[in-house]
Amino acid sequence: MSTAIDGIGARIPGSRDARRADAPSSYLTDGLSIGSWLGTHDHKRIAILYAITITAFFFIGGAAATLIRLELATPAGDLVKAETYNKLFTMHGVIMVWFFLIPSIPATLGNFLVPLMIGARDLAFPRLNLTSFYLYAGGATFTVAAMIAGGVDTGWTFYAPFSTLFSNTHVLYVLAGVFVVGFSSILTGLNIIVTVHKMRAPGMTWFRLPLFVWAQYATSAILVLATPVLAMTLLLLTVERVFGIGIFDPALGGDPLLFQHLFWFYSHPAVYIMVLPAMGLVSELVANGARNPVFGYKTMAFAIIAIAVIGFLVWGHHMFVSGQSMYAGIVFSFMSFLVAVPSAIKVFNWTATLWHGRIVYTAPMLYALGFVGLFTIGGMTGLFLAALALDVHLTDTYFVIAHFHYIMVGGTVSAYLGGIHFWWPKITGRMYSDRWARFAAVLLFVGFNFTFFPQYLLGIAGMPRRYHEYPPEFQTLNVLSSAGAVVLALGYLLPLLYLGWSLFRGARAPANPWHATGLEWQTTSPPPTHNFASTPVVTGPPYAYVPMRDVVDAREGTQ
Amino acid sequence: MIALGLPPEASTIAPRVDLLLYVVTAVTGIVAVAIFATMIFFGIRYRAGSRAPRAKDIPALQARARRRVETAWTLIPLALFIASFTWAARLYIVRGTPPANAIELFVVAKQWMWKLQHPGGQREIDEMHIPRGQPIKLVMTSQDVIHSFFVPAFRLKQDVLPGRYTEMWFTATKTGRFHLFCAEYCGTDHARMGGDVIVMEPAEFARWMNAHRGGEDMATRGADLFRHYGCSGCHGANASVHAPNLAGLFGKPVPLSNGTTVVADERYVRDSILLPEREVAAGYAPIMPSFAGQISEDDIIDLIAYIKSLADTKERPK
Repeated sequence: MSTAIDGIGARIPGSRDARRADAPSSYLTDGLSIGSWLGTHDHKRIAILYAITITAFFFIGGAAATLIRLELATPAGDLVKAETYNKLFTMHGVIMVWFFLIPSIPATLGNFLVPLMIGARDLAFPRLNLTSFYLYAGGATFTVAAMIAGGVDTGWTFYAPFSTLFSNTHVLYVLAGVFVVGFSSILTGLNIIVTVHKMRAPGMTWFRLPLFVWAQYATSAILVLATPVLAMTLLLLTVERVFGIGIFDPALGGDPLLFQHLFWFYSHPAVYIMVLPAMGLVSELVANGARNPVFGYKTMAFAIIAIAVIGFLVWGHHMFVSGQSMYAGIVFSFMSFLVAVPSAIKVFNWTATLWHGRIVYTAPMLYALGFVGLFTIGGMTGLFLAALALDVHLTDTYFVIAHFHYIMVGGTVSAYLGGIHFWWPKITGRMYSDRWARFAAVLLFVGFNFTFFPQYLLGIAGMPRRYHEYPPEFQTLNVLSSAGAVVLALGYLLPLLYLGWSLFRGARAPANPWHATGLEWQTTSPPPTHNFASTPVVTGPPYAYVPMRDVVDAREGTQ
Repeated sequence: MIALGLPPEASTIAPRVDLLLYVVTAVTGIVAVAIFATMIFFGIRYRAGSRAPRAKDIPALQARARRRVETAWTLIPLALFIASFTWAARLYIVRGTPPANAIELFVVAKQWMWKLQHPGGQREIDEMHIPRGQPIKLVMTSQDVIHSFFVPAFRLKQDVLPGRYTEMWFTATKTGRFHLFCAEYCGTDHARMGGDVIVMEPAEFARWMNAHRGGEDMATRGADLFRHYGCSGCHGANASVHAPNLAGLFGKPVPLSNGTTVVADERYVRDSILLPEREVAAGYAPIMPSFAGQISEDDIIDLIAYIKSLADTKERPK
């Protein structure tokens, strides 16, 4: 391990200049060749490789969603054929879940920030980090190529026996691609766990860790524990599909519910892989925006751990009408209500963090507050689905679609964009237009609700999910949802423009434009390759904001 | 008609589900509004530049407040959660416990249609005619992939699996024509795998049943199949082979050769036909051949109906 870090340290030129904002020795200018990027071991450059790749996949997945919403604007299946529609929603799900949401925060902001936040030079295993990236990029590109070239129509859930003996699309390619990408998850998780354990700066005790690091740590534990189960499940599907060995298909002596248990044993914790890092980010953003310490820091850290642990015991709530035992359903329902308690506590504590603050409505703060709003709605409608008798009516309808989009898209993507805006000056060394960014944050919030709130009503009215055509009485709500998607798409496209603009024309960012606490703000923007000129020493708790004294308008950095 | 909310309530459980839905909506709605109102209030009062007084020592202020509120906002949500869990679970148990007097209908799902059979032998495709006020139990299986029988107006759905029977019961309360959807994605024409549930007044339903009496009832057809497939060769009255007597079997406990006991329900009979070596009745040699791949789901259902019709007799079938 130490050799790898020494290897990085040996390549740092001119560290004396690192204190200047335009220092040529920032990590961005430390090697300008393509090779210095594609072969980098620097966690910050790898984070940028991830960011570019996941953004590309996000817009491919978004294109599939656009076609889905266009098709659903009319009850008849008139835009694309049923086969094409089924391939589109499969592509949308596979890309968004595995190639965007799961790596989104952990592999980009997590990769970039965890070493900076704990005062380390890099992750524990820099080469492994690059390996993770290539496993991810290779597996994901392969899968997307297979889905665009031929398509897969199983849905992202690959339910057997449809996926093993009935679908005659490119199922094997997609299974193989997702299997490979899973190793990227496992290795990233491992890397972050070891880094947080072994590489904290002097004085950075566990309860001085920023909540984002706590969230990354808990997420990494889930990645390491749950992803192998997915890998195993995908292999079993492959064995049944290729060799006809009966594992899931009853015609061969298998059990289709076994597949669902294995799949959700991974895929429910996967929801927490997507949302825990978002919760961590939002704690950073709300504390900074309110110029206040996070209310109940330790409770927030324990809530993260509680969600990660209980999250492993609720998978059966995806199966209340699947034919699993009624008693199993009752236990899983109870556990699902239980996991909502720490989530509720987090919402209360974010709200209480505003109390006695000096709140500045910068773009990152607006995204963070948007997260809290959408997560609250998404979480509360999760209670409907945890309630057994309500789930019987609502499961597999648009209510479920709306619910998990509120959590995973409304929640996670808002937090991710908030984080990108917050750390953009640190990452790129440039400021962007806060006015445009605030407009985009509001547009996203409005567009999101406009798109997905009607889907709750559609679900209550009984419209099943994954329907290419639907009875005409559902059209009004579908048209509303499709119209909202136009607004939402603008909210996603706008940041590309002004953030892209800022890369070339934005003002140079100071080291700490938001007057934020946290070690990452004590180094230059952008940081030098080795992060800190000298190893920082931590002497106090995180979020040492003092609203009485701290009257500086954090927005001034953008002027 | 434009759907903006709940579909009509057409089963006995529907209004009970809706009441729970309204209460959960109201409670979560009140809590959500309270949270958002607090956020907006704090957001305005403590905005940068406002004159609202701030405490000098925020960590101490937060620590004092936490002692007061943290237990409350952990335990109150927990209490509300346990209450809704209990309420919803009780309804789920009602849903999972069919009354003894329910009439059984058999459902076989396949890509992409619903096939139904009434006890009297009437068959339907993508339609289900039922009388109002009579408890109905569906016994369902699939010929291929997983489907899900979803009637929004009844607030009920149940996945339909290959290789086993799942059940769903209801009592319709309102006459009319209601949507039947497949709710579990099942391939190309998933969106078209639907139909109608037609609830009729009992007298009208009786007329419908008479008009559609196609042939024999299920048990009679099952008796024919019992001879056709050669079951009677071993299980019949004149058999020379030592095979279990199927008369008086259905619904009774069966001791197995491995020392356990199972109830002879639909699943047991089905598995005995397709996987005879799995649960061998105690005292019998495992000599029955498997009929897997040789018999359709529809025929199995008729055979079950036949064996069920023998439940109250002692005589070995002919």
